This record gives sequence, structure tokens and C-alpha cells, in this order.
Amino acid sequence: MSRKIDQAFYDIGHLDTLAAGDTPLHRLDPRAKLLTTVVFILTVVSFGKYEIGRLLPFFLYPAVLIGLGELPLTFLLKKVLLVSPFVIFIGIFNPWLDREVMLQLGPLAISGGWISFISLLLRFTLTIGAALLLIATTGFAAICMALEKLGAPQVFTVQLLLLYRYIFVLIGESIRMMRAHSLRSFSAKGRITYRVFLQMLGNLLLRTIDRAQRIHMAMLSRAFTGELKIVRQFRFGYKEICFLVGFSALFILLRCTDVTALLGHLVLEISR
Amino acid sequence: MHMADALLSPAVGGTMWAATAATTVYCSAKVRHSLDEHKVPLMGVLAAFIFAAQMINFTIPGTGSSGHLGGGLILAILLGPYAAFLAIASVLTVQCLFFADGGLLALGCNIFHMGTIPCFLAYPLIYKRIVGDQPSRARLLTGSLLGAVIGLQLGAFGVVMETTLSGISELPFSSFVMMMQPIHLAIGIVEGLVTAGIISFIWQARPEIMEKAAADQPIGALPIGKILIGLATATVFIGGILSWYASQHPDGLEWATARITGNKELKSSSEIHQSLQGVQQQTAVLPDYGFKEKKEGDSGRLGTSVAGLVGGFTVLLLALAIGLLLKRRGSVGHDHSHDHSQPHHH
Repeated sequence: MSRKIDQAFYDIGHLDTLAAGDTPLHRLDPRAKLLTTVVFILTVVSFGKYEIGRLLPFFLYPAVLIGLGELPLTFLLKKVLLVSPFVIFIGIFNPWLDREVMLQLGPLAISGGWISFISLLLRFTLTIGAALLLIATTGFAAICMALEKLGAPQVFTVQLLLLYRYIFVLIGESIRMMRAHSLRSFSAKGRITYRVFLQMLGNLLLRTIDRAQRIHMAMLSRAFTGELKIVRQFRFGYKEICFLVGFSALFILLRCTDVTALLGHLVLEISR
Repeated sequence: MHMADALLSPAVGGTMWAATAATTVYCSAKVRHSLDEHKVPLMGVLAAFIFAAQMINFTIPGTGSSGHLGGGLILAILLGPYAAFLAIASVLTVQCLFFADGGLLALGCNIFHMGTIPCFLAYPLIYKRIVGDQPSRARLLTGSLLGAVIGLQLGAFGVVMETTLSGISELPFSSFVMMMQPIHLAIGIVEGLVTAGIISFIWQARPEIMEKAAADQPIGALPIGKILIGLATATVFIGGILSWYASQHPDGLEWATARITGNKELKSSSEIHQSLQGVQQQTAVLPDYGFKEKKEGDSGRLGTSVAGLVGGFTVLLLALAIGLLLKRRGSVGHDHSHDHSQPHHH
């Protein structure tokens, strides 16, 4: 029985493993990757709702990242698919509500609704993919460090790092709790009822609060003053500048000029 | 439900991000200066608790469907609004990065719905008011239920507003609202009951935890006046910017307006349309949202012409090829480097 929590545990661990890869892309300063991702998302999202052709070249960025970072495509695609229901649910109304024909491909009349729906799906894949690729090539701790260096308040980045550390502990505890419950529940077949849920979470919460107390003592014993020091050195050098400026320039170029139409005209001309 | 990047426009997303970033900075300063440092590990671990708890599904009695905890209100009760906001923000950040829940741009919106609203609206204005400093079982239940329900209703409404104002989805405002609000009413009731259940459990098992949490934030210490002023300012600010963009997307709101006021309103707004179009063409920095009015043979307005599609697919194929090439080269390169890194045995 694969539960949501088991899957989550696996996913976080797997992304963590991918992030620990050793490619030139992984070795780039996290700030460069974070900023490039932000520019990417902003340009993709800034397109009008009827754009399809002009969005397609943006797949270059994920392709390059997956190639350079040697990341598994199927794993990432599955994750994107997993979160698509909500967006599909909202977007599927578009073809239904927007029926005016906008494009004639020979005998095929395509309504504006379908175009905007496909555009929506493309946007979704690109933006979600960008976030996943960021974590898969950078790693959570590095992103937190990048955030702090870029100006995020230290209390928040410390919170992020602490959360990350203890997610694994808490998920482990929850999995053990659920397994113990399902081993002892015959008629309920492992399904957790409302009352049991309250008891489980209540107990887990009490244990968590006690654990926090022990953690605090441990931290004080090790002279914790409120900031987590990171040993790994990061340098924003020539490679990072090339990466950031190069890709950002590309995205802005693709946003401002219709490269695909030019290319398409070229192809159509040649094929005549 | 989480907001998605694909449904957002940069203006709406950016505005919400600005509001969230400002709140994060404010809360961080508050936590740093006013609260004792034992809260730091508590924030971290409780956030992990909420993260794990959100993944435990339970069956709702009577319906058989499964529900799960949101957690905003519980954190606010145990940590106080400022620390709880940071905790929830961190949970949502991790979910965004690892589970692609929404997207980086939508993170600002999501933190607003599930952090700012429960911590700064539902908790101080509803829960605390009802429960006060002497909790009783009934008061806990009422406070949690109302707080959760109203908080989630506001959050759902936020999602609707942001989607409509962004203009990517065709859903008209009223239909979307009709869909979202009832669903989130049900979710809110479940959340409220679960919150009340867990808090009651803690209160009965270890009342000193609740007393300490309540003592940390006595009802007098919460600057409710300041909170309200801050929220009002934010609303005016957000509303002002968003309504400027909303006036360029009359589709959903215009539909609602037309229903209420009749044709007259429609006519004048098309004049606004044209003047705004002129403004938009001048401020070319802002993206072209693509008005729905189409003239005959005006395929130039279209984002997608046949040539565009052909070109797009060509580039897509190119991108795939480049990606595959890079991957191939990477693995070959590694083999070589392994060879060179072998120490020479004599």
C-alpha cells in the first residue's frame, strides 16, 4: 500500500540525491540558478493567454538543465503530471466558454478556448518544471543560503533549514505511527478514522513539543546564537554571470521578438 | 487549493509577492526582537509536524471521503501569529520546491492565503476573541470552527480574485466563486473540527502548554489595531494596483457588471477599453494580454499563426536534441574523467 506520506518521503529524498550530483551545473552558485529561474518564470507568465508558438522555445531552458544536470526526465515529468489536476480542472472551462474560432488549419477550426487551454498547459509545465529543476540542481540548503545572501531575513532562512532537517524525523515518526495503526486495525483495514486521527496527531504533537525542548537544550549546549553557519564557500564568478546574463537575455529576446514566426516562415519557405 | 503560476499574470503575482515579502520581513524582525529563543527550534519542529500531518489522510465520518489538516490556525494558537506565519511560510516553500505545489510565483499568493489570513485575521480577530484567556471546550470548538471556516473562505476568495484579475483563465468571476466557496466551506469545517480536536487534546493532556501559549500572547498584547491598519493599507494598495489591471480584463467582471446594471454599462466600458488599449500600447513594457475582440483577417493580433506554430515546433525539436546531446556528452565525459582519476599502479 503506497501512501501519500511514503511517496513524499521518497520524493524529497530522491530530489535531494539528484541535487547532490556533481556536474558543472550543480557547481554553479545557487544565486545564479535562483535568479535565472525567477526571470524564466516571469517571462513565461507574462505572455498573453493566446500564445502557443512563442512559448515553445522556452522549453530550451529545461532541456539544457536536464541535459547538463543529467536529471531523469521521467521522474520529473511524473511529478509535473501529479500536480496538474487543479490547473487542468480550471483550464478545461476555457474551450467551453470561449468558442469563437481563432485559427483555421485547413479544414480544422480551432477555437480561442482551446488555444488558451493549451497555452495554459504549456505555461504550467514550464513554470512547475523550472521550480523542480531548481531544487534538483541546487539542493535545499544551498537555496536557503542563496536566499539569505540575496536579502531574505535570517530568522526565516534558519526556520527553513530547521524545518528541512526535521521533516525527515517527523515523517519517519508519522510513518511508524501509521504502520503501527494499520498492523493493529483489522476491521478498519488501515483507514484512519477521525477520532483515531485526533489521538494520533495529538500524541505526535505532544512528542514534538517535548522534542523541541530537547533540541533547544542541545542547541544551547553547542552555543547556538540564532544563526546557522555554513562552511561551504560560494562564489558568484564569471561562469555564474554568463549563465544568468546569457539565459536572461535569451528569455527577454524570446519575449520581445517573435522568433518562432520567423523560423516558421523560413521553414515554410524552404519546404516550397 | 493552491494557486498555480500558470493562472497568474506577473502583475498580480508580483503584487502578492511584495505583500508576502513585507510580511515575512516584519515577522522575522518581531520574532528576533521580542520572543525568547526557545521558540526557534519550536518553530522548526512544529512546522515539520504540520508538514507531516498534512500527509496523513483520515476518513471523514459520514461521507467516507478523506480529509487532511491545513494547520495554519493550530500553529497560530501554539506559536503566536508572527512565528506561526514564518512556520507556515517555510512549509509552503518546501512544498512548492519539492512537490511543485503551485509554483514559485504563486508562492506569494499561497503564503498570503494560508499564512497571513489565518495568522493575522482568523487567529487574532476570531479565535482569540472567542477563546480569550480561559479556554473551555465549547469556546475552543466555536473559535476554531469560525476561525477556520472564515479564514478558508477568505483564502478561496483570494484565489478567485487573483485568477480573474490575471485573465489567463476564462472562468467568469461569479461561476468561479460559486464553485470555490462551497468546497472551501466544507474544507473549513473539517479543518475547524480537527483544529478544535487537537487543541482540546493538548489542553486536556498537558494544559500547561496551552496556558503558556496563551500567556505568550495575552489578548491585550496583540496589536489588533495595528494589524487592522496594516491590512487596510495592504488592501488599498493591492486593490489599487490590481484594479488598474482589472480594468483591462473586463471579461469576468464585466459579465457580472452587465448582469447587474444592463447594457448601458457595457457601452461605456468599451470606450474605456479603447482608451486603455491606447495606454497599453504606449506602456509596451507591460505584456499584451490579447483582447478578445477580433477583426476579420486580423491574424496579426493572434499569438498563434500557422508560421508561429511551425516555428515553435521546430525550436521544440531543437531543444530536445540539445538536451539529449548534452546528456550524452555529460555521461561520456564522466567516463573519461574516471579514467584519468585512476591512480597509476606500479
